[in-house]
Amino acid sequence: MLSIDSLRVTYGGAVEAVRGVTMEVPDGKVVAVLGSNGAGKSTLLRTVSGTLRLHRGRVDEGSVRFDGDVLTSRDPGQIVRQGVVQVPEGRRIFGRLTVEENLRAGGMGNRDRAAKAAAHARVHDLFPVLAERSGQRAGLLSGGEQQMLAIGRALMASPKLLLLDEPSLGLAPRIIGQIGEVIAEINRQGTSVLLVEQNATMALGVADLAYVLDVGKVSLSGPAAELARTDEVQRLYLGHGDAAETGPATRGPRRTLSRWTA
Amino acid sequence: MTQFLSLLLNGLSLGAIYALIALGFVIIFKASEVVSFTHGSLLLLGAYSIARLSEPLGFLGAVLVGLVITALAAFLVERFIINRLRGAPVISLAIVTIGVDIILLTELIRRIGPDILNVPHPWGGESVRIGGIGITQNRLIAMIVAGLLIAAFFVAFKYSSWGVAMRASAEDGETAALMGIRQGRVSALAWVVAGVLAGVAALFLVGSPTPGVSSAVYATALRAFPAAILGGLDSTGGALVGGLLIGLAESFAAGYQENLLFLGRGFGEVVPYVVMIAVLLVRPSGLFGTKELTRV
Repeated sequence: MLSIDSLRVTYGGAVEAVRGVTMEVPDGKVVAVLGSNGAGKSTLLRTVSGTLRLHRGRVDEGSVRFDGDVLTSRDPGQIVRQGVVQVPEGRRIFGRLTVEENLRAGGMGNRDRAAKAAAHARVHDLFPVLAERSGQRAGLLSGGEQQMLAIGRALMASPKLLLLDEPSLGLAPRIIGQIGEVIAEINRQGTSVLLVEQNATMALGVADLAYVLDVGKVSLSGPAAELARTDEVQRLYLGHGDAAETGPATRGPRRTLSRWTA
Repeated sequence: MTQFLSLLLNGLSLGAIYALIALGFVIIFKASEVVSFTHGSLLLLGAYSIARLSEPLGFLGAVLVGLVITALAAFLVERFIINRLRGAPVISLAIVTIGVDIILLTELIRRIGPDILNVPHPWGGESVRIGGIGITQNRLIAMIVAGLLIAAFFVAFKYSSWGVAMRASAEDGETAALMGIRQGRVSALAWVVAGVLAGVAALFLVGSPTPGVSSAVYATALRAFPAAILGGLDSTGGALVGGLLIGLAESFAAGYQENLLFLGRGFGEVVPYVVMIAVLLVRPSGLFGTKELTRV
């Protein structure tokens, strides 16, 4: 289980990106984190994965634990070996490497040969297209295929918890639906998922639990199905309700969210 | 015609040695994002070690220990300087490597002094003739060894886990880290490989027709820089082509010197740089370099 406890993160000692976030990802569940740009979603995942330092960010307070081990002081490689693996935003596949080499790169943190072979079979099973294109340069794949490769690459490390940063970004609605199905399938096979999304329809469709992040704080949380029914989520993320209500005049000073219909 | 073929063969063998050096330069750039100006003095260190050790240890022992020393020196530079400055601006890192180079070079020149240290290559200074074309045995062996080493390098770069890890982290370091690839390790190994390649290049660079180890070897080693740059700093294939091109250009310019007298004597020495500038004017990122080198 991943537990994040009153986490505060700043960049360059000045910009507060996450201001006291507490959340949990129970074993075997899919947890969605919704929020607009700048809500602190990516910062949250960077903190969990240990890449905050590369962005000159720092944990000021609070902790991130996975199965009881504190992750905040570990380097990214150790965190991968603990079983927490991220699919970064914008896919970030290695475009000049072949599809197969991308998968090999994903398995670098996985020392167990048998587990790696099993993971490889699982990836080809989930994404037959990656088997067909194994010798092709990854940069030549379509956007949807690249997202599948990015997920497959992360699965090569046999994660217990998969972190996904906006997997729907820039993809066609039909492909987003497929990605949602894949996430559900990966979860059925026993991997917990922390899904960060702007596309609330897809995220709330696959998630068991959900959190809404707003300027670095959790503003709403609960079971995904319940959250989807609340007025705020309906209005801000699912695109229902009266547009006039979201106008700046009716918003408080901290309410910088405008209407995000993904 | 014989002269042409002879210059061609000699140019290729010299180019193969340059390619070894340039290859090291390129993999360091790819793994650590540093333009390493320490390479010239590392090479001189290799040459000096082999020359000094060949009396107590014999030729073979001296070569082995010399290669270890060069690799170790490269490793230490990476561990104690480059790795600690990770994330510093590329320019500062390059300047730091210039500093290290000057320190190492000054010490080596002090030790070598005005002498020319002899490396007792078992193949000596003999020449062989292949169909009327003359080449020193040293250069011929250099070409064969460099060819094998470069082939082995390319196979490892393409198929080994180190190669995949190296290319992945060169393309996107942060994502490679997210995959559990340890960049520190990848980078350290790149410096070690580059050190070994420089050591091997040193071994042949101080053999016939070069008289031996003197501080002039440093200037020769520096010609691998234009080789790496004209090939495209981040392209291993480019380093190979660039090395060969520079070797050929130098050989032809020296061989046809009397036809180039209007450019002055010793034009061969500046030819590598002239070729580099000519190539860069047409292709600013080198022959095979990636156009956009800015990494965010």
